Amino acid sequence: MELNLSSEDAAFRDEVRAFIAGNYPAEMRVPNPETDLSKEQMLLWHRILHQKGWIAPLWPKEYGGPGWSITRRFIFEQETSRAGTLPPLAFSITMVGPVIYTFGNDAQKQKFLPRILSGEDWWCQGYSEPGSGSDLASVRTKAVREGDHYVVNGHKTWTTLAQHADWIFCLVRTDPSAKAQAGISFLLIDMKSPGVTVRPIITIDGSHEVNDVFLEDVRVPAENLIGEENKGWTYAKFLLGNERTSMAGIGRSTRYLGRLKHIVKTELGEDDPMFGEFIKEIARVELDVLALEATELRIVAQMSRGIDPGPAASLFKIRGTEIFQRITDLTHQAIGNYGLAIREHPVSANRFMPGQDYGHTASEKYLNSRKLSIYGGSNEIQRNIIAKAVLGL
Amino acid sequence: MDIQLTEEQELLRSSIQRFLREQYDFDARRKIVATDEGWSRKHWSAFAELGLCAAPFQESSGGLGGGSLATMIVMQEFGRNLVVEPYFETVVLAGGLIENVGSPEQREALLPDIMDGSAIWTLAWAEGQSRYDFNNVATTARRQGDKFVLSGAKAAVIGAPWADKLIISARTSGSPRDRDGVSLFVVDQHSANLHLQDFKTIDGRRAAELTLMDVQVPADRLLGAEGGGVAALEACRDRAIAALCAEAVGAMSVLNSATLEYSKARKQFGVALGTFQVLQHRMVDMFIALEEAVSLTQHLNLSLAAREPNGSKLASGTKSKVGYAARFVAEQAVQLHGGMGMSDELNVGHYFKRISSINIQFGDPAYHLMRYAQQS
Repeated sequence: MELNLSSEDAAFRDEVRAFIAGNYPAEMRVPNPETDLSKEQMLLWHRILHQKGWIAPLWPKEYGGPGWSITRRFIFEQETSRAGTLPPLAFSITMVGPVIYTFGNDAQKQKFLPRILSGEDWWCQGYSEPGSGSDLASVRTKAVREGDHYVVNGHKTWTTLAQHADWIFCLVRTDPSAKAQAGISFLLIDMKSPGVTVRPIITIDGSHEVNDVFLEDVRVPAENLIGEENKGWTYAKFLLGNERTSMAGIGRSTRYLGRLKHIVKTELGEDDPMFGEFIKEIARVELDVLALEATELRIVAQMSRGIDPGPAASLFKIRGTEIFQRITDLTHQAIGNYGLAIREHPVSANRFMPGQDYGHTASEKYLNSRKLSIYGGSNEIQRNIIAKAVLGL
Repeated sequence: MDIQLTEEQELLRSSIQRFLREQYDFDARRKIVATDEGWSRKHWSAFAELGLCAAPFQESSGGLGGGSLATMIVMQEFGRNLVVEPYFETVVLAGGLIENVGSPEQREALLPDIMDGSAIWTLAWAEGQSRYDFNNVATTARRQGDKFVLSGAKAAVIGAPWADKLIISARTSGSPRDRDGVSLFVVDQHSANLHLQDFKTIDGRRAAELTLMDVQVPADRLLGAEGGGVAALEACRDRAIAALCAEAVGAMSVLNSATLEYSKARKQFGVALGTFQVLQHRMVDMFIALEEAVSLTQHLNLSLAAREPNGSKLASGTKSKVGYAARFVAEQAVQLHGGMGMSDELNVGHYFKRISSINIQFGDPAYHLMRYAQQS
């Protein structure tokens, strides 16, 4: 499905396509880019996009954004995801960057934004805590002001790719007497500070994406506070809005559906009675993708007319994640007995994996994608948001 | 239809439960899986001493005569504790085949080592292209004097790296998809020209791809009628499904109680998770899924024990229904545990993975739904 593009926008789309085809690094085309690439490899495409001036489509021009219209941003997102490129680190580009240029002071903008754009600084997100789950406002990590520093103590968890991070943006409690959302501040912490410890969490697919981050008497310069003390919740919510709209994942789902069809056609002959069953299930998911894509295009058209989709963005998180989970489930089923096998992490080409190459990541993808309906605000929470904020229930 | 266990069956269950409680908690199991071998001979010997390996076999074969209900009891407890030792492969699959289609000489020669725990077995029926169809066999066995010579490849054989002996299906006549012409052979794992490529399974076991390049097998190692392997495997699958469903039920029951407990203890937004109606209803559905799975699994095991007709259709129906139920319970247990459910440290994810594996072994729920429909 396509937007009705003006000839200029169509030319832009062709330019993006050609740029990806000509520049996406071959060494980033590995079976599972999310787990198989080193930090340096992950940054290759980031640096190429930075050089081109395309690294931060969302950002205003004055901070280094390309100054694209909503339509062009959407085209870029669509083309890069259809082509299966690894998106630049969201914690840096989509999350903390916009918070800094929206709520930060000039010194913070000058210090952090160029290094985010260049890929010099890798950011991770210090929101979740062991007791918090989807209830982010229950932050217990404490920051106590001592002169021109905050002293931070606490435990952040599920911190994605913290093992690579130079900086972490944290929600911390600065006013213990205030209720829930009040009393939270938004603090930027250098991961090299004494007292910061990262401990890997291995997930059920065997990979190491997430971590515990322990903060023990970490001294953070007060100049690293974003905006006002105790107003952090406002900035956090702003950031979460950015997180959810990018979760429809149409390009990725479309790509994985194409692969699934290829697997089914290779694995099952058309005379196999299960062939028809698979084709029906695939068609069902394809229609789900089509409907979500049409919804996305409708919202993009509304946004370019200045209408804010607001909490309806939760719809994309719910359906986008459910669709992708179903695709990984069907792919796992499509490879039959070989769904029993799983790659060992860290991944090495020397370890034997049975069956066709296309099936080698099916098990880990199925297992790993269970997280999608949990993180970024569980799908139950997203439904509550729609019930309350959209339906008024 | 609720099964009232006999005193003997109760004794069997409580002795397994006691042993597993003392020797096979989640930490012990984790350590076993992490060893080079990936299973524990010491625990295996203890299972044999408890009589588990002899439990289902007929008394005339030297067994304890417990039949499919004994298997059900064992597998359910193994499912509750995620036991990785190859009981299913050795006793249910290989032992069952030998007892059911083996000659009196073969039963006499092979079963005692299975029943006393001294031999580990597995069954190699699948091939790269076969999916879940027993008739889809390209591996060949050609007669050469007093031997058969086997050539081809077998796929995803769970427990093959651990096994002393394998039962391998190979074609003695007909073309690759014929129902007739598939035969079963007993093959030593260390046979010349039999090559194994090992890999790990999602549920922490070891499996292998087998390559057979003219493996010589004495003619008296033919198991059951020449060319009649598919029927033997189908009956074996019915017993396998009854055992796997019992294991799934054991795993589901742990997941349900863990989730229930967690939802009462875990606080979100100032209240216990379990106070949210959407999660209450989810857990009610998990409860219903388990109840239905228990009932169907008992029904299947009773039918097999009584050798009722249509057992195979019921087996497929049960594999499908219990498979979907187990997957629902497993996925929701992970979901309701939130991030913790995704962590390798917590047991929940390991039950999820065992259930995912059970759903592949001998055919997934969609395959068996189709098979059930075809027989209706």
